[in-house]
Amino acid sequence: MKRFAHLFTKLDKTTKTLVKVAALVEYFGAVDDQDRMWTMAILSHRRPKRTVKTSLLRQWAAELADIPLWLFEESYHKVGDLAETIALVLPPAEGQHEASLTQWIEVVKSLDKKEEEYKKKVVVDAWQGLTYNERFVFNKLITGGFRVGVSQKLMMRALAQFEDQDENVIAHRLMGNWTPDTITYEELIRAENPLDDISRPYPFYLAYALEGEAENLGSPEDWQVERKWDGIRGQLIVRKDNLFVWSRGEELVTDKFPEYLPLADLLPNGTVIDGEILPFRDGRPLTFNVLQTRIGRKNVTKKILESAPVILMAYDLLEYEGEDIRQKPLRERRALLEKVLAENPTNDIIKLSEVVAFDRWEQASAVRAESRTQFCEGLMIKRLDSDYKIGRKKGDWWKWKVDPLTIDAVMLYAQQGSGRRANMFTDYTFAVWDGDNLVPFAKAYSGLTDAEFNKITAWVRKNTKERFGPVRSVKPELVFELAFEGINKSTRHKSGVAVRFPRMLRWRTDKKVEDANTLEDLKQLLEVYG
Amino acid sequence: MSFKPSNDLLQFTPKGIWCAQADVYIDPWRPVKKALITHGHADHSRYGNDAYLATETAAPVIKYRLGDIKMEAISFGKQISINGVNFSFHPAGHIIGSAQIRVEHKGEIWVASGDYKLENDGLAEPFETIPCHTFITESTFGLPVFNWRPQEEIFADINDWWRTNAAEGKVSFITGYSLGKAQRILQGLDTSIGKIYTHGAVENINEVIRSQGFSLPDTIRVTKEIPPKNYPTNLVLAPPGALNSAWMKKFKPISIGLASGWMTMRGARRRKAAERGFVLSDHVDWKDLNKAVLETGAERVIVTHGYTSIYTKYLQEKGLMAQAAETEFTGESIDGEEDKKDTIDEISKSKP
Repeated sequence: MKRFAHLFTKLDKTTKTLVKVAALVEYFGAVDDQDRMWTMAILSHRRPKRTVKTSLLRQWAAELADIPLWLFEESYHKVGDLAETIALVLPPAEGQHEASLTQWIEVVKSLDKKEEEYKKKVVVDAWQGLTYNERFVFNKLITGGFRVGVSQKLMMRALAQFEDQDENVIAHRLMGNWTPDTITYEELIRAENPLDDISRPYPFYLAYALEGEAENLGSPEDWQVERKWDGIRGQLIVRKDNLFVWSRGEELVTDKFPEYLPLADLLPNGTVIDGEILPFRDGRPLTFNVLQTRIGRKNVTKKILESAPVILMAYDLLEYEGEDIRQKPLRERRALLEKVLAENPTNDIIKLSEVVAFDRWEQASAVRAESRTQFCEGLMIKRLDSDYKIGRKKGDWWKWKVDPLTIDAVMLYAQQGSGRRANMFTDYTFAVWDGDNLVPFAKAYSGLTDAEFNKITAWVRKNTKERFGPVRSVKPELVFELAFEGINKSTRHKSGVAVRFPRMLRWRTDKKVEDANTLEDLKQLLEVYG
Repeated sequence: MSFKPSNDLLQFTPKGIWCAQADVYIDPWRPVKKALITHGHADHSRYGNDAYLATETAAPVIKYRLGDIKMEAISFGKQISINGVNFSFHPAGHIIGSAQIRVEHKGEIWVASGDYKLENDGLAEPFETIPCHTFITESTFGLPVFNWRPQEEIFADINDWWRTNAAEGKVSFITGYSLGKAQRILQGLDTSIGKIYTHGAVENINEVIRSQGFSLPDTIRVTKEIPPKNYPTNLVLAPPGALNSAWMKKFKPISIGLASGWMTMRGARRRKAAERGFVLSDHVDWKDLNKAVLETGAERVIVTHGYTSIYTKYLQEKGLMAQAAETEFTGESIDGEEDKKDTIDEISKSKP
């Protein structure tokens, strides 16, 4: 655990990628297979499940610190991180624990379904024997949230360096459903023939937002343009008569979309399709909102299947007749995709994402302009010669989204952020005018610079009207231009509308509170785009 | 701020902490006739008062910062009487010359403590407990998450960091308030590692402090004439406002360290993108805050700048008569607002 805590401290101290990778490589070399494996798991969001409720941890920490629980909670609000707050309030360590990371994870796992008194004894004993940094890491293990400023990609790069392997090979080996409990390090990373995991997906290739004008991309002939569908990115795998559907978050979602089940029989084995899980009915996409009603539900009921049916909008083929074809250029992969879909009719469970025909960029631009009425987010622009890369890479794939909808709104409430933004007021609730009243309709917490957040934080402190725990109501005075991707009717919001992905475009210091938009303005947007 | 007059010996008015009986103010934030000043930080010692009274060791810096003011100096422990009210200044341990002001009238004793800390830092006159009926306390770090380690340990960390940077050929760039924190860091530095360069705002204060007879390690003021190649392996001491300024660009390769109580929090360290955060504060931490309050024996506690409402509630639950008071003090701010003006003035002066 000392080594892992030390690694964590090192990673936390720097923002430099090279330094982070070097720290990881050094660490991978210093620990055994098991600790390395758990580190890889933690850094790729494969954590042991939570075995102690955080409410208990708070209670025990407050007790040990000899402070009332409310004071612990207030401290937590200010610090913004539970694991850190606990580590900070505890009295200095008494003993010295020497167990390894793997051993501590075993300890955490062993607490599952145990009596509360037993859990308390184990956790308190751990706290008392660990240094500050180790305590913090232990708390992170036990509470589950582990954001260390190291992306999965960096971890894979370091592991590739450590193993002297190609990064793409490592990335692919790390995909799928493994945990350190189900496979050894040797099997996962080093085995000649990796255990035949027929569910293993390919890493997704992600596009960057287009910067500047599309004309700058050069000749239209070199590019394929499609609509940017407003669903969930998915990878559909048929191997050995089995179907697997992965979401972009590397989550196996096969069971959530029973519509796809017939594909196990309809598609040939050794087929992997990249596409969009898209709500779709009567020949056209439904809004993302409809899909949202399905996400996160445990049971997919008949009612949901009827109200929110999905198709797969296919746009790429990654495996053909059992062969990984990601190195082939897009034009060839596309031809093979069309061939597979033509030869294996799927009753429209899969649809081919149509290519937008255009000779000049202005034409593409005109198609993009009508995206909203087509329930699309904009266009995708892909180089016809491009291979299928891993992760977010610049150059070959671009997303060209429609301009967001905007509205000027008044800040009504402010709340402190957490983590890096602890102690700053960064999360705001916004309202528009309805007659003489301000009606809240959206929350936003991104889009401003740190300097602006600092200024607003100082303003919030001086202009607080009331406090409700971490939330403060403020004088209605500040006006912001909010941008959002879509607007829908809502029965849950007082305003009657719900906006999608709202963020602050700019702080309108030039506008007075009475210049903000009205609910009527929002309803007009709803009329046009809802 | 609403002000309701009361019979309290000290009242919180829109201008500052007011003693009606003597008609003087303590650390006023609006101009008044007579100001009793606890210490020279900008939020406690402001422009525009007709007359100032501060301790002998605090006065030089206040004069340096505020210019031509009518200033009287008083020694620690000496009592003066104004219209039947006795005033005396007692060490607060915050920075050199910083005082708690004891106010006594007809046997009732109040202490306005300004900013303070209990740890003896070797420069500021060490904090003394002054028994009183009513204690006015700051609460800058009034949460149980703030627990300082002894300064020797922090200095050891700073020197280790400097040594490592020196070995890697880097400039060690460390920030702390130009008045107080900077000198405290200075006297903790291991001068065998390299030279110490200072930002003008820091050096100006150093000169005042040295002229008072305090000895500080040798420092070199950063000027345009010094070739940038001289900086690597050495240390630069600057106020927080200089962070990420154009002035900072000449120091490279650079490693940045911030010395502040706020560096306790990981979020604050990350937001400042500091490679190193050194938890070093001239304010009391949680345990010392409680110790100080308890030892005054005060039955009534008035909590000012910081986690005011939280700490007030905590004291009330402990059975004390506690109340929160609004002031315009800022305490230790994470962004160094306290001496931002000095820093900006210095930066604009030193621009080519």
